[in-house]
Amino acid sequence: MAEQASIQQEPHVTFSHVQKTYDGETLIVRDLNLEIRRGEFLTLLGPSGSGKTTCLMMLAGFETPTAGEIRVGGDVINKVPPHRRNIGMVFQNYALFPHMTVAENLRFPLSVRKLPAADIDAKVKRALAMVRLEAFGNRYPQQLSGGQQQRIALARALVFDPELVLMDEPLGALDKQLREHMQIEIKHLHASLGITFVFVTHDQSEALTMSDRIAVFDRGEIQQIDTAERLYEEPSNAFVAGFIGESNTFQGTLLERSGDACAVRLPSGTVVHARAADVGGVGSSTVVSVRPERVLLNGASGDCENRFTARVKELIYQGDHVRVQLDLGNQASLMVKTAISDLTHAIHPGQPIEVGIPATHLRALAPTPAP
Amino acid sequence: MTATTLTSPDAAAAPPPRDVPLKTRLKRAERRKKLLHLALIAPLAVFLLVVFLWPIGALLKRSVDNPEVSGGLPATSTALEHWNGQGLPEASTLAVFVKELEAARGTTGLASAAKRLNTEMTGYRSLIMKTARAMPLPEGSDLQAGLTAIDLRWGEALTWQVMARAGKPYTSYYLLAALDHKLDADGAIIAATEDQAIYLDVLGRTFWMSLVVTLCCLALGFPLAYLLTSLPTRSSNLLMILVLLPFWTSILVRVASWIVLLQSGGLVNQALQALGIIDEPLQLVFNRIGVYIAMTHILLPFMILPLYSVMKGISPIYLRAAQSLGCPPFQSFWKVYFPQTLPGVFAGSLLVFILSMGYYITPALLGGPQEQMASYFIAFYTNETINWGMAAALSTVLLGATLLLYVVYSRYAGQSRTPIKTR
Repeated sequence: MAEQASIQQEPHVTFSHVQKTYDGETLIVRDLNLEIRRGEFLTLLGPSGSGKTTCLMMLAGFETPTAGEIRVGGDVINKVPPHRRNIGMVFQNYALFPHMTVAENLRFPLSVRKLPAADIDAKVKRALAMVRLEAFGNRYPQQLSGGQQQRIALARALVFDPELVLMDEPLGALDKQLREHMQIEIKHLHASLGITFVFVTHDQSEALTMSDRIAVFDRGEIQQIDTAERLYEEPSNAFVAGFIGESNTFQGTLLERSGDACAVRLPSGTVVHARAADVGGVGSSTVVSVRPERVLLNGASGDCENRFTARVKELIYQGDHVRVQLDLGNQASLMVKTAISDLTHAIHPGQPIEVGIPATHLRALAPTPAP
Repeated sequence: MTATTLTSPDAAAAPPPRDVPLKTRLKRAERRKKLLHLALIAPLAVFLLVVFLWPIGALLKRSVDNPEVSGGLPATSTALEHWNGQGLPEASTLAVFVKELEAARGTTGLASAAKRLNTEMTGYRSLIMKTARAMPLPEGSDLQAGLTAIDLRWGEALTWQVMARAGKPYTSYYLLAALDHKLDADGAIIAATEDQAIYLDVLGRTFWMSLVVTLCCLALGFPLAYLLTSLPTRSSNLLMILVLLPFWTSILVRVASWIVLLQSGGLVNQALQALGIIDEPLQLVFNRIGVYIAMTHILLPFMILPLYSVMKGISPIYLRAAQSLGCPPFQSFWKVYFPQTLPGVFAGSLLVFILSMGYYITPALLGGPQEQMASYFIAFYTNETINWGMAAALSTVLLGATLLLYVVYSRYAGQSRTPIKTR
């Protein structure tokens, strides 16, 4: 029983000290250490050029790591060619074979594995049913809509029962509405199949919607790997804070620190109280960051540790909420997101307003190193 | 007040007349555009008609034209059309013939008619000349007896049958001859005797050599085109220039340099001998090998360019996809990449094949007598024996064979491409 549990705990995929360079000068992947749990939905999220796709391609076998080891289920797979890895993959533009029908596309990985014809037929039928496109087996991929092609690509990556499925920005070519629909569909598919999904995207809302865990990449390194909620609420550095969602950030100097709490002096001389998430010693430069929806206005700001008086610069009506751009003086500005129902008094541009930031939501972080 | 200001702009803009249907109005609007487009391509259309379609049509017509007899002896030819071909012609027909022969005596028209009749039946030329010299026949005598007195052959039905056949304004003679067939005395199509039959051989040889050249081009061009698509832009551009280089050199220069390179004392043989691979020089030129080498070299760009343009459009991601699905690299190439290049393979092969079918210069200069293709005989009949009918018939057969091949090919190639076309 204990042994079984330890097998469960053993990671499905391990990257240890993986590096990748194409030209021998710049490292696309710097020093990657990543454990992917069996059955989880992990998203690699990052801006373009951050190394997330390279990381996926190394796992698929299309790129070889310059240094380090990749293990799948305990075996080092650095030298295993892609066709022997048994990893399903969905490509950016689906890569459905245009000269084969949908059914032939699904048949392909099975006939390569020399399965008996009856098994092949059954599996193809099941895969088509899984993506609810039973009637489309005899069509050619070009005769399908983008969303249908996407579903077939997914079915093809799953039809040969791989334990690991990789997806390289598979929803990038779809329009917004379809994309959101497919996100939910893929999420449900993952839940019902229980196999490991690794998903690459640069779209954070996609990552937040679908993933069990998200690895945020920047400059070839993982900045933070965590659940969606913790990434958003507790970013561990300034890059993650800026990349996931919206943030108001201010440069400052660490004044004092006691445990979790700290005080930061802003250039204007104001001292703010914040939570120390990732800071150096006293006197080091620090970034404080707060989400727009955590800033309180008027009466609600009464209990906050940090209180200012600001001037309303601009008001943007967004239907379910209002965005208020505030002028703090000294060319500093603050974006506030507030629900319509919380606005007890009408506010107008130019009018002074009371602002409060609770210390628990103002996070002090190490600044992003200059590139 | 407000109501009037709101409706007034509507009233000012003339509402479209309701009685004219939308389709008609669309047609009117499009007509001007169409006329403009037609006017723009009119010069090209006229140019093509005058210098391409019309001359070709005129030449092809020559393959069935039969002007000599009907031109040299027009009245006789007309009179013989009404003859049923049994026994001997009626006296009235004979009278027309005798009268016309007398009038035409010594003219070039009669000479060419006699020459033409001679191709149908040996000795006819001298028969006509002899008879013409004996004209006029004595007044009031029996024409049939008079003619038979000049030559016994006038008493044979065959003599008249040949004249009747040759007198028709159109003939299948040249076309049948180009296919090694002829009409026998009864008008049935029979194969030519073995010593006369050469053209089917020539056509077969033309086909075979074109096929070999096409396959050679494909075998050499496919890997190169693939390399071109997979190389980085800089090096692939350089390589592309090298591919196109032959286009910028005169074909005659290239053929001449192949002779220099391939002759028994040439560079290739010297190199092979120096390396100790062969002891005696290989015969590489003035035989089929030389023709294959030079034609493949000259036609290679025509294979590479269509292949390259098709391959350029195939994303390398398909190969990765195939491998991720468990297919080994070479098999992936064969099952996934190669089928997608087929339109390029078809286009390139068709181009090279059709071009080789009409090749003249290269086989003429680099080949021996056994390598001469159909074009050589067309040139021979046009330039040396001035036999336009035969030249035109061979051209027609060649063109017909090419078109037939094209139809078959495009139907097959078209079928394999349909799924990709339907979007």
